[in-house]
Amino acid sequence: MAARSTQVKNGEIQMLLLKAAVAAGLVITAFTGAALAQSKPPEIKIGITTFLSGPASVFGVPAKAAAEMIAEDLNKKGGIGGVPVKLSFIDEGAGGEALVSNYRRMVQDEKVDVTFASISSGSCNQLVPVAEDLKVMNFMWDCGAASILETKKYRYNFRTQANGTPEMLAVLVYLLKTKPDFKTIAVVNQDYAWGRESWEIFSTALKALKPDVQVLAELFPKFGAPDYSTEVSRLLALRPDVVLTTSWGGDLDTLVRQAGQRGLLQQSTFVLGIGESSIQRLGKDLPEGLIVGARGDHWFLHPEKKNDPAFKAFAEAFKAKTGAWPIYPVYHMAQAFTALQAAYDKAIKANGGNWPTREQVVDATSGTEFATGFGRPVTLRPEDNQGLEAQLVGVTKSFPGYDFKLLDNMMIFDPKVITNPAGVRSVEWLKTLKPEFVKMDVPTFKQ
Amino acid sequence: MAVLDGISYAALVFLVSVGLSLIFGVLRVVNVAHGSLYAFGAYLAATLSLVIAQVSPWLTYPALLVASIVIGFVCGGFIERFLLRPLYGRDDVLQLLITFAAFMIMDNLQRLIWGVQPIFAAEPLKLLPNISVFGVNYTSYQVILLPGVAVATLFGLRYFLRKTLAGAVILAVTEDREASTAIGIDAQRVYSITFIIGASLAALGGALASPTTSLVPGMGADMIVLSFAVAATAGLGQIEGTALTALMIGLTRAFVIYLQPEFEVLVPYLLMVLVLLVRPFGLFGTLQMRKI
Repeated sequence: MAARSTQVKNGEIQMLLLKAAVAAGLVITAFTGAALAQSKPPEIKIGITTFLSGPASVFGVPAKAAAEMIAEDLNKKGGIGGVPVKLSFIDEGAGGEALVSNYRRMVQDEKVDVTFASISSGSCNQLVPVAEDLKVMNFMWDCGAASILETKKYRYNFRTQANGTPEMLAVLVYLLKTKPDFKTIAVVNQDYAWGRESWEIFSTALKALKPDVQVLAELFPKFGAPDYSTEVSRLLALRPDVVLTTSWGGDLDTLVRQAGQRGLLQQSTFVLGIGESSIQRLGKDLPEGLIVGARGDHWFLHPEKKNDPAFKAFAEAFKAKTGAWPIYPVYHMAQAFTALQAAYDKAIKANGGNWPTREQVVDATSGTEFATGFGRPVTLRPEDNQGLEAQLVGVTKSFPGYDFKLLDNMMIFDPKVITNPAGVRSVEWLKTLKPEFVKMDVPTFKQ
Repeated sequence: MAVLDGISYAALVFLVSVGLSLIFGVLRVVNVAHGSLYAFGAYLAATLSLVIAQVSPWLTYPALLVASIVIGFVCGGFIERFLLRPLYGRDDVLQLLITFAAFMIMDNLQRLIWGVQPIFAAEPLKLLPNISVFGVNYTSYQVILLPGVAVATLFGLRYFLRKTLAGAVILAVTEDREASTAIGIDAQRVYSITFIIGASLAALGGALASPTTSLVPGMGADMIVLSFAVAATAGLGQIEGTALTALMIGLTRAFVIYLQPEFEVLVPYLLMVLVLLVRPFGLFGTLQMRKI
């Protein structure tokens, strides 16, 4: 009896242990599951710096409108990895000191998960080291100064678009392919970092690719100058074959109009290095035959994308919201969002479907390739976190149905060919180019 | 060629600076909002031009004038009546701060009303033919009309202040407010009228600039700095001095662009420093700066 009861007892104990084990397993699973679900945040906070005041707001405000549209659309589709995004903005126009302190506040107090900074290379120069210190992932979403990622290797900073080197080189190669016989050139660039650096890139490459060209004048009018009549007079007198300008915004509009009114646009071949953003505003004042760069393969009638329903729908929605077709900062903003989504998706996958830590997202961002659907895909080069982005350049032409000029005879340049290799400084690389470089095969597209 | 470019630039700078100088001469107020009045004049003129050009392009010229007067009366009148009047006789710093606040508010208003995309209304400029000087094309708007308006303004102001009764009244208030009040002059009214004239001149500068340049956020800030430099170099309150200084800056700037373009930005400030080192009260200024 005693033996039997012991036996029974032993069996009960075994059952109890088994039940306990199962229960414990269930509890652990439940708790672990709950813990994972909790680690998925209620939202992904994105802090964006953009120009909301000053002359550069001609770029900053459309970019903000784009960010809001894209975020709304993203959240409607369930957000990133099932988490909605929330945006906050800082005005880059407030000046350096205010920008840095606002940026710190945004990262430390608002605890944003990622920042998109900035439009101006000056702002990027200031914020990139801060982002690195604060260990917050930052996407340089629009600034063009090539030197930022060439001088130092960063972990937390990425550039989700090209930089000035491929942008200028594409324009120069287009010029050399389409007008190979010019002998003289003059430049009228805004007197600040971009104006100076873009000319350094262009002129260095020009010297390497066509050394016989004579530079007749290097004019750097004040940023925001209201009057270019003296520059125009001088160029009318000098009669250069080609006039390059990498100006933008109101400055470019003023220069083009003042030059046009006095016949300079007919006298010389004008090259508008980043003129895509001014085409709609210049309307009928922009003549045919000007070479226009797009800072990426950005164009609301992109030859490879214009028949894509999503591409058209976005452009039309943007036009309805803002009154104008999207310009390149809009597409650059879209690139930052798509890069973020691609990085999170990659990190979630790498983490076995679980929500990744911030560091895991940073790891995943390096080397990511992403496609916005608005242009060719962009790759974030792992060696220096520099985006490799195709470049579109075209020439202005009238087309029925539009009260402004469109781009025609567009070339789309492969970024791998026109971007300096990682670890080699742009200017040094440009010096090594040979005239044969221009013979590269580039597809041409009619409008 | 540089001379023509210099003159046309000087003409615009003069119109804006002389308004600033006039207001300082009479009211002793350094009006930081002057740049905003310039920008508002430009924006309103462009808006009116774009609308009225549908009827007749020639009506855009009266539109430029109407815009200047409207901005002078509405904005200038408002600033003088509600912001400056309570502060007369108080610390100068207060006036500076209040006009700076007005500038900031107007800058935001400008973006609220006209947005951030550059606006351009070149109709008046396109109506006039180009003229060729030594094979270089110029628009007659810039080399004839703008200097013409500037010269007319200079002589008009001189005539108004020195030959008319209203001008004599303004001069009397400028010389001695207490005495002129004692003989029955309404000094308050003189202040209002002068401020409105000065504001209208800033707006006229903007309106005349509007066909030649893109109107963008921040354009007022640049002009205020430049017109301060001109007014200070001339000696605050000096009308003829303002004209001469604007011409000096315009010509020097044009020659510098031809010869050494890197120094263009420095021109107004270098001239200012040079002049003020030798004559701390400006070219035409004296210790008694309230004279105009």
